[in-house]
Amino acid sequence: MSSSPGNSPFLHRATIAFFLGLALWVPVANLLLPAESPLALSSYSVSLLGKYLCLALLALALDLLWGYAGLLSLGHGAFFALGGYAMGMYLMRQIGTRGVYGDADLPDFMVFLDWSELPWYWWGFDSFPFAMLMVLLVPGVLALVFGWLAFRSRVTGVYFSIMTQAMTYALMLAFFRNEMGFGGNNGLTDFKDLLGFDLHADSTRCALLVVTALTVLGSYMLCRRLLATRFGAVVTALRDQEGRVRFLGYSVASYKLVVFVLSAMLAGVAGALYVPQVGIINPGEFQPLNSIEIAIWVAVGGRGTLVGAMLGAFVIAAVETLLTAQFPEAWLFALGALFLLVTLFLPRGLLGLWERRGHG
Amino acid sequence: MADIDTRHGVMLYLDAVSVSFSGYQALNELSLAVDEGELRCLIGPNGAGKTTLMDVITGKTRPDSGSVFLGQDINLLDHDEAAIARLGVGRKFQKPSVFPHQRVWDNLALALVGHRSPWQALRYKPSTADEDRVAHLAKLIGLYDLAGQAAGGLSHGQTQWLEIGMLLAQDPKLLLIDEPVAGMTQQETERTAELLQSLVPDQTVVVVEHDMAFVRSIARRVSVLHEGRVLTEGSIDAVQTDARVREVYLGDAC
Ligand SMILES: Nc1ncnc2c1ncn2[C@@H]1O[C@H](COP(=O)(O)OP(=O)(O)O)[C@@H](O)[C@H]1O
Ligand SMILES: [Mg+2]
Repeated sequence: MSSSPGNSPFLHRATIAFFLGLALWVPVANLLLPAESPLALSSYSVSLLGKYLCLALLALALDLLWGYAGLLSLGHGAFFALGGYAMGMYLMRQIGTRGVYGDADLPDFMVFLDWSELPWYWWGFDSFPFAMLMVLLVPGVLALVFGWLAFRSRVTGVYFSIMTQAMTYALMLAFFRNEMGFGGNNGLTDFKDLLGFDLHADSTRCALLVVTALTVLGSYMLCRRLLATRFGAVVTALRDQEGRVRFLGYSVASYKLVVFVLSAMLAGVAGALYVPQVGIINPGEFQPLNSIEIAIWVAVGGRGTLVGAMLGAFVIAAVETLLTAQFPEAWLFALGALFLLVTLFLPRGLLGLWERRGHG
Repeated sequence: MADIDTRHGVMLYLDAVSVSFSGYQALNELSLAVDEGELRCLIGPNGAGKTTLMDVITGKTRPDSGSVFLGQDINLLDHDEAAIARLGVGRKFQKPSVFPHQRVWDNLALALVGHRSPWQALRYKPSTADEDRVAHLAKLIGLYDLAGQAAGGLSHGQTQWLEIGMLLAQDPKLLLIDEPVAGMTQQETERTAELLQSLVPDQTVVVVEHDMAFVRSIARRVSVLHEGRVLTEGSIDAVQTDARVREVYLGDAC
């Protein structure tokens, strides 16, 4: 934990300032400044920023796991999507009788499927606290079971990555099925409000952005605190010399499991914050490609630095927005090229540039 | 750490242990007893099974048959690597392994006995006694002045010492040390010999080594391994004059 740029005091302070600044500036620029002011922020931009913040949290979650414990999950999109679905289910229940069919008990897609009653796994999602608990528990329990099986049999390296890809692929196929009861192909959408606040109102969007910025900041601080303990030292050590850690008497599997579960929960929170801001969650979020993209953000930003991972997500998501508007076909090529260039010339990612500057 | 029952003076006892790797018999009904407080050397040609023997004792390799006991009543075959380490068996690998990205100090601190579960590790705050212990160990292995440096920057000999220091931090009852002086300078070798000798009789030490001068300088008792079994056992002089040993080594080293 000694030399990673994520621990440079300047970068740390800049990161805190960035998230706090965003949380303060966005509501002012969107709600208070007149639209013609050059500093004003459109509602569209607020949503975009909110979306980037969620992706930054997702990248942070993967960096904790990959950058520090050395476990490359290529299925983190699944935990993100599950958190998103848990939030989406709450938002669906909030629609009430305002759906197209006006059914008080069933979401539209269930009425459409001729279902007569709410499946048991939808019970409780009318309650916001329950839904938030599920945002943490569903990804957490999946990671616990999956990780327990994998780490107990000492699945590591590329085998772990492949297994996690298979996991998200299997979930995607399952969620595409109408009979699963999560809206099939279309997923969950047409949300109206959250805790009684209209999701389309600018004030709600700004509030969501503020909550997201503070959540990302809090998660970043939590990860840093965690990594500064003996626990963090053990995790970093097992990334570099797993055998040595084991022969010192540490149960490597339980350490990996704790990090995996925590990381999955953070990804779930990211998904839950993402869904109300983009207005939809569908099985496409489980695509294996999505999970690979997360790893690219982390690698481009700088693996094992926390700050770099968030930076990578932000930068790539912003470039993606620009490019897909102009040249939609070019995006995947651009992403691939960026990944290649960074791996070849900046093995420590964008933050490596910073480090080099620091030493130079 | 559970107390090891050494009422009969035996720290480690292996009986008829066999290990085969896809047909190749790496250990062949090997039996070995090491007394408490002993400094034992294991020698033998490459491929004799010395490292495999350490793998079996520390839980890395499961034997096909045989039994392995720590003291009178701890059956090591019932435990995994981490549990065996917590029982008081420390091991230095043939290929030195330390944590390169962490400071020398942190390497030692991480090895300090206790606080092994994730929860305990999360809540751990080093006590003054812990700090003193790490400082003491750093001095003992001659790395006190380098304690603030990343372990990845150490020389080969220093890395070997750091790993030995980490073993000591675990407070083990039994230390298994695989080829500690390989690649060390003459001076480093001598210091290592002193260090290992200072550990007994409080701790029990088993050293695998090729360097005959080194073995001669530390060992009171030597076991010669050959083709997965103990060929002979005795003082270094007795062993070196043994005709079978000379044959096995074909005149080299001895
Ligand atoms: N994991 C393994 N798989 C297959 N063969 C092995 C394995 N470990 C050791 N061996 C073989 O077992 C024999 C004994 O090896 P080892 O115990 O490392 O010898 P030594 O340490 O005495 O040089 C060697 O022939 C080696 O190739
Ligand atoms: Mg060997």
